[in-house]
Amino acid sequence: MKNKQSWIDQRFPLTKVWNEHLAEYYTPRNFNFWYFFGSLAILMLVMQFVTGIFLTMHFKPDSANAFASVEYIMRDVEWGWLVRYLHSVGASAFFVVIYLHMYRGLLYGSYKGPRELLWILGMLLYIVLMAEAFMGYVLPWGQMSFWGAQVIISLFGSVPVIGPDLLVWILGDYALGDAALNRFFSLHVIALPLILVVLVFLHLVALHAVGSNNPDGIEIKKNKDKDGIPKDGIPFHPYFTVKDTMGVVAFLWIFCAVVFYAPGLNGYFLEHANFIEANPLQTPEHIAPLWYLTPFYSVLRAVPPMFGSQFPGVLAMGASLLILFFLPWLDRSPVKSIRYRSPIYKWVLGVFVVSFVMLGWLGMQPVTPLNAFLARVFTVLYFAFFILMPWYTSVGKTKEVPERLTE
Amino acid sequence: MPEQTIDLKKRRFLTQATSVVGAVGVGFVAWPFLSTWKPSARTRAAGAPVDVDISKLQTGQLVRVLWRKKPVWIFKRSAEALAALESDTLIKNLSDPDGSGYSKNQQPKYVTTSYRSIKNREEVGVIVGVCTHLGCSPTYRPEPGAADLGGDSWKGGFYCPCHGSKFDLAGRVYAGAPAPTNLVIPPYRYVSDTLIRIGVDPEIS
Repeated sequence: MKNKQSWIDQRFPLTKVWNEHLAEYYTPRNFNFWYFFGSLAILMLVMQFVTGIFLTMHFKPDSANAFASVEYIMRDVEWGWLVRYLHSVGASAFFVVIYLHMYRGLLYGSYKGPRELLWILGMLLYIVLMAEAFMGYVLPWGQMSFWGAQVIISLFGSVPVIGPDLLVWILGDYALGDAALNRFFSLHVIALPLILVVLVFLHLVALHAVGSNNPDGIEIKKNKDKDGIPKDGIPFHPYFTVKDTMGVVAFLWIFCAVVFYAPGLNGYFLEHANFIEANPLQTPEHIAPLWYLTPFYSVLRAVPPMFGSQFPGVLAMGASLLILFFLPWLDRSPVKSIRYRSPIYKWVLGVFVVSFVMLGWLGMQPVTPLNAFLARVFTVLYFAFFILMPWYTSVGKTKEVPERLTE
Repeated sequence: MPEQTIDLKKRRFLTQATSVVGAVGVGFVAWPFLSTWKPSARTRAAGAPVDVDISKLQTGQLVRVLWRKKPVWIFKRSAEALAALESDTLIKNLSDPDGSGYSKNQQPKYVTTSYRSIKNREEVGVIVGVCTHLGCSPTYRPEPGAADLGGDSWKGGFYCPCHGSKFDLAGRVYAGAPAPTNLVIPPYRYVSDTLIRIGVDPEIS
């Protein structure tokens, strides 16, 4: 055994990589509930890859056959329904996990220095994941696939001057149809997954270079013993591999309950209108993107047209995503974790969470004067969280951060 | 043989020259790949004009045809509906009633201002049924006074279910709607009294 290992190690740094990233990768010992979601995100990525590979074997990326081929997977392919529901519920579960993972970052200031690049790589992952999910939702070619795609792609048509030509280039046609479906399939199964894998790799490289933050927001690398091992750190393997496995089991338990008992989750994971084949002549009575895109969709709808163009709304939606990238530099607080932040920050974070959830809810509702007004209020609050951040993170009294982890 | 020294200036020049040539090469190679996304020859050929027989079209009725894969509505308006299109109570609710503002390029020059149809055939409306907001297809709501669309201020028209834009029976957008401009009137001509050809301008007579 030892011989085999050294034979490999002379040709490939197996033991070195194992030690650096698992057995001797020191992780803060006080990880709590919020720290399950990073490993769960990797689990979901693998889930989507495996189920996606098998779906691709039966799916037809052709506007005449796509809808029927999904029905075929659901009814005629042995266990096809399971693979498809794992994939469709998996998409929503992936976003549940990602949103909780990002919220963890907000709670404990994990985006603050020296983890700015880690945060930016994570944001890039989030944006690519949204594109991946959007294109995946177009593929079954139901009514919501079609009209959702119509709305989102029309955003590019609102770009001044080049918009109309850009739209035709993206669609490969004068309207949404077979050409667009076919290229979305290619992007969904090859291009974007490749980019996701590369970004996940870079995200992990950046994480292992700086080390994990923790609920106290204390850098454990500042307190090392004589062997250079952080006093508050424990090896990732076996301690956190075992703990994360427990998280996986608990997560899969809930995940499977949804897959088996409510795969469409009453229209939230699979919208009702998507069980009808796409009809370019008839828009459904009410259309909305899936829940994980609706906060940004609300921002888009909240901005009225200006100068005869929808473009300002598109810019606002783009800004609502782009501004997240600047979080590390907007936050001027001397402490990272919510535990030691000023009371004012806790209130502001609460308002932000309410605004984000309300924007998401409003994005699923039809437009009424009241809803439009509320969407504007919450859009303003959403942006205020970021724009006022340099101010409210520098006022207010923070608590003193201890030298060592508190638990 | 004299001892050689590294000529850093020359090295930098060569590095930069190679990079520039490489970048130009990448640009040239990218072009064919990006061009594959443009409408193919087959798609371009499919954008031909469409003929619609309106001999059986009843007043109030609307038919939908596909032209360049977009829905086009052909519908017949009653005399009352036409009168309503010119009424002040409607016009004050529209954002660009005479098509001189942002909607300047939303119709061909030869259609009339209020009815937005070809002269002497005012009763027949021909409109591209794609909302100018984000591309949904509005629903046909010709009944005046519909309670869910504003009651008395609603003179009949089109309502977009996606984001709530309202248009009158000439496709003109109501003020305050998310849609920035009036609906598009396609180029069309009468081949005969009962045959409309969508996609070409009228012959100049």
